[in-house]
Amino acid sequence: MNMSLLLKLTLKSILNRKFTSYLTLFSICISVFLLLGVDTVRKEAKHSFTNTISGTDLLVGARSGSVQLLLYSVFRIGNATNNIGWDSYQKISSHKSVAWSIPISLGDSHKGFRVMGTTQAYFEHYRFADDQALVFEDGQAFSAVYDTVIGAEVAKQLGYQLGDELTLAHGVYDTDFARHDDKPFVLTGILERTGTPVDRTIHVSLQGIEALHIDWKTGTRSRNPVSAQQALDLNLQPKQITAFMLGLHSKMEIFRVQRAINNYKKEPMLAVLPGLALGELWQLIGVAEKALLVIAVFVLLNSFVGLLTVILTSLNERRREMAILRSLGCRPNQIFVLLASESLLFAVVGCVLGVCLFLIAIVSSQSLMQGYGLHISLSNLGFDQLVLIASVIGVSFLIGSIPGYRAYKQSLADGMSIKL
Amino acid sequence: MDNNKILLKVENLRFRWPSSQRDVIDISNLAIQQGERVFIKGESGSGKTTLLSLLGGINLPDTGRIELLGTDISQLKQSRRDQFRADHIGFIFQLFNLIPYLSVIENITLACEFSSSRKARALLQSNSLEKEAYRLLSHLQLHDRSILNKPVSDLSVGQQQRVAVARALIGSPEIIIADEPTSALDTDTREHFLQLLLRECERSGSSVLFVSHDSSLEGAFDRSISLSDVNKAGIAVNEYSQEAIS
Repeated sequence: MNMSLLLKLTLKSILNRKFTSYLTLFSICISVFLLLGVDTVRKEAKHSFTNTISGTDLLVGARSGSVQLLLYSVFRIGNATNNIGWDSYQKISSHKSVAWSIPISLGDSHKGFRVMGTTQAYFEHYRFADDQALVFEDGQAFSAVYDTVIGAEVAKQLGYQLGDELTLAHGVYDTDFARHDDKPFVLTGILERTGTPVDRTIHVSLQGIEALHIDWKTGTRSRNPVSAQQALDLNLQPKQITAFMLGLHSKMEIFRVQRAINNYKKEPMLAVLPGLALGELWQLIGVAEKALLVIAVFVLLNSFVGLLTVILTSLNERRREMAILRSLGCRPNQIFVLLASESLLFAVVGCVLGVCLFLIAIVSSQSLMQGYGLHISLSNLGFDQLVLIASVIGVSFLIGSIPGYRAYKQSLADGMSIKL
Repeated sequence: MDNNKILLKVENLRFRWPSSQRDVIDISNLAIQQGERVFIKGESGSGKTTLLSLLGGINLPDTGRIELLGTDISQLKQSRRDQFRADHIGFIFQLFNLIPYLSVIENITLACEFSSSRKARALLQSNSLEKEAYRLLSHLQLHDRSILNKPVSDLSVGQQQRVAVARALIGSPEIIIADEPTSALDTDTREHFLQLLLRECERSGSSVLFVSHDSSLEGAFDRSISLSDVNKAGIAVNEYSQEAIS
């Protein structure tokens, strides 16, 4: 008496109940797919989240919280509580440990997209993901005061092309009375997609920001407007910026420079390590990702309960069959195996189908995912997924032992008298 | 019968179901010789099926001995007992003998899957199990090859019972135990079925233990035993009835 006979019997018995079997298989397949999908997307989301900024050693802004600094300077969410003086920036960026610095000036917007004033250093030194630099899909960096460079998402949504004119708005909300419509910007460059907030940013020079606001006082246009041309002749050196990024010569210097900035006497400032701040932020929003995983696990459990129901329901109809098998010399523990292997078989086939579905989904949604900045590739699948699938199969065996044990007890109690 | 070897010997057999208050089986003595065809007459509820479960080693007696082919099966370990049953006993039930999701051929050869000795004996007869199954079926007057791969639910009750006989007979087990195999058949086919069963058992040299409530069939057997006579725990309590004829 061998396992192959039991497996054959199990298989034939399952095939005999095609409709319920297919439904059960379908539900397991979908749950496994969901579990793998959620697990991968959450890992990938975390991965791309922590990859939003890289290569920057310190992020410096006015003294507030590290998460808030990260939110407004990197994610363009919310606003700074205060600005930093240009002279403080100059002083710190000329420190001997500092290799490069990128000043950031925020506050304006264009059709819902944030405008960021910066310098050429941004295109040169800013890194995201695994030390990837910004690449121009079209055009080049700004050189004149009224030049602008936009991210891929801005270009896609607003359909802009090189040479187009953009009117920026004062503040985050684009209203008629707060437009800088006297000083339009010309599009000189479009960046390649990065999957980071850079895609949703409109970049202009610090001088451009200064020119826009040269005739603005406390949030409204002054009575003596300065034309775009006139502004060019004025001193466009900014007096304040919102934040800046620092790259140091040596990683060893990070904490020393950070302490120096945090203790800077002339102005209250905050320097944070982007990686740590990202981790802190992820702890806040990571709850949603965990909730998603919990839901996927419950969906899986639910389909296991369905599986159990199907097998237990069939058990009563199959008492007769068990008695016949017993009379032919089948042992009670083989009866157990017969029933227990059923759910195992469902789980194994369900997992295989679920994985197939998952792979198909990955391959076919690759371009869609990239739109969200998620780079899911087949090479990301590995040990974790194997553990997931192995535990699905393990649980199914445990669950299968319930009807197995019942059939075992029944076949002992029934003997040859078969209750129909 | 020409040889007087004892096939089955039962002594002081008592059994009650775990949930029950009283014994269902209380038989002090019962013996069947090899090759003998025995009719056991019993009303429903007289413990027929329980007795057959005990004889087949599916259930264990509370006390007493069941000796089959010289082996006390109640002393065997459970797995040995199951193997013993597979090797030496062919069962035929009242109804629904067949596994619904297997074909006719698969149902018959299933008996050999659980017993290598029956498989070996079947292969002495024909060069494959399928051929042997077909040989038995044609002996049982199921010549139509098209039923071999039909789902068993497409067969008539009479056909199903004959397939069950073929399964019980394949590999020539020493004893065929039949539990009311004719009760689902009508009178004409009943007689015919019984003839086929007995003839094939004789041909393969198997003893027959045939249990039924229908005493009109007992004429075809070597010996008839009334269960109510031998089973002191039966419904019709017959305190000092004669002991089993041996």
